Amino acid sequence: MSESSSLLAPPSTWEEFTEGLWKRNPVFVMVLGMCPTLAVTVSAVNSISMGIATTFVLSASCFLVSAMRKMIPKEVRIATFIVIIATFVTVVDYAVQAISLDLYEALGAYIQLIVANCLVLGRAEAHAARTPPLAATMNAIGMGLGFTLSLVMIGGVREILGAGAFFGIPLFGPHFQPWVVMVLPPGGFFVMAGWLLLFSIVRRRAQMRANAQEAANRAAAETSGACHGA
Amino acid sequence: MARESLAQILLTTILSGNFVLAMFLGMCPFLGVTHSVSVAFPLGLATTFVIVIASLSAYLLNWVLGLAHLEFLRLICYIVVIASAVQLVEMYVKKHYPPLFRALGIYLPLITTNCAVLGVALFQTARDYDFMQSITFAIGGGVGFTLALTLLASVRERVQLSDVPEAVQGTVLVLMLAGVLSLAFMGFAGLGG
Repeated sequence: MSESSSLLAPPSTWEEFTEGLWKRNPVFVMVLGMCPTLAVTVSAVNSISMGIATTFVLSASCFLVSAMRKMIPKEVRIATFIVIIATFVTVVDYAVQAISLDLYEALGAYIQLIVANCLVLGRAEAHAARTPPLAATMNAIGMGLGFTLSLVMIGGVREILGAGAFFGIPLFGPHFQPWVVMVLPPGGFFVMAGWLLLFSIVRRRAQMRANAQEAANRAAAETSGACHGA
Repeated sequence: MARESLAQILLTTILSGNFVLAMFLGMCPFLGVTHSVSVAFPLGLATTFVIVIASLSAYLLNWVLGLAHLEFLRLICYIVVIASAVQLVEMYVKKHYPPLFRALGIYLPLITTNCAVLGVALFQTARDYDFMQSITFAIGGGVGFTLALTLLASVRERVQLSDVPEAVQGTVLVLMLAGVLSLAFMGFAGLGG
């Protein structure tokens, strides 16, 4: 992961925050943290809880990693990061258990699996270990919210198609025939692929329009140049 | 849950409850290193080895932590043990199979953050498996993981030469293939109880 923008000029705190929301969205752009993305997104509520839990772990561990970055020896940094992350995940695990037992059972072992989420370790290693605490925390919160956003986007679609509801509120009449496969594992792959396909098409359209614009400009410049020549 | 027979556990973890295609564990290597069978298969084997070691150590750790009433340290202990096991495998592969070591690249140390490895330890604890059940669960999980990786890699090798629309190329295509594979594996549902 190259931090090209930070090489040119140190990005402002606001830029750090917004980076992860969309421009470098962890799920749709960087394709990190796929296991929870696909496993828990059977409903919008599960998705948003998982997103919030991950955001907390991500921001807390990035803050601590960043605050301790000068103290951690380079050789054992990964092990140190993992222990820091595991500590916060244990906190979240017990907190969720205390807040809602239903939610805890719905998310199951996937809360503890936040430890093995590449997103958290990836951000700690690639960003937090090189930036001062404030910027690192803001970036982590942005990334976490971006993660939550994409989880809800996937979970929402799966819930609407597979259960005919959104956040548990039924949307269609009683004759709605749920598309059950969408809440089963294959649905996770298909919905994620669908979103990525949509983004890829939109991006290609924008690219083509930009190319056409550029070609038109060049043609206009050439004709005007030719006129001048004549 | 504790009365599940070993054969049941084995069948379920390999087919209907496949770690990758049904439980979404270990997605990173599944999407990342399945360009060719020659890389996917050895990575699957290495991961299987780590999974079995992780399962064994998780079982011992549960016992030790249970004796000392330190269950809240479980997660931290698991991850440290797994990280050491991966280090061991990495050193072994580097010494004995240098070309494979280069081919696997970053994905070898990344086995540490492979959900499948940690997942085995967590699921066997959550389901209260005894010693033999845990080992069977781990072996089944590893074999299932290798199977899923190899299958996807073979499909991707075939698709490489076909004419795919430009917008679908890359991650989108892999996810769609994985979805179809996952659908196929759902056909095994009910097998082994």
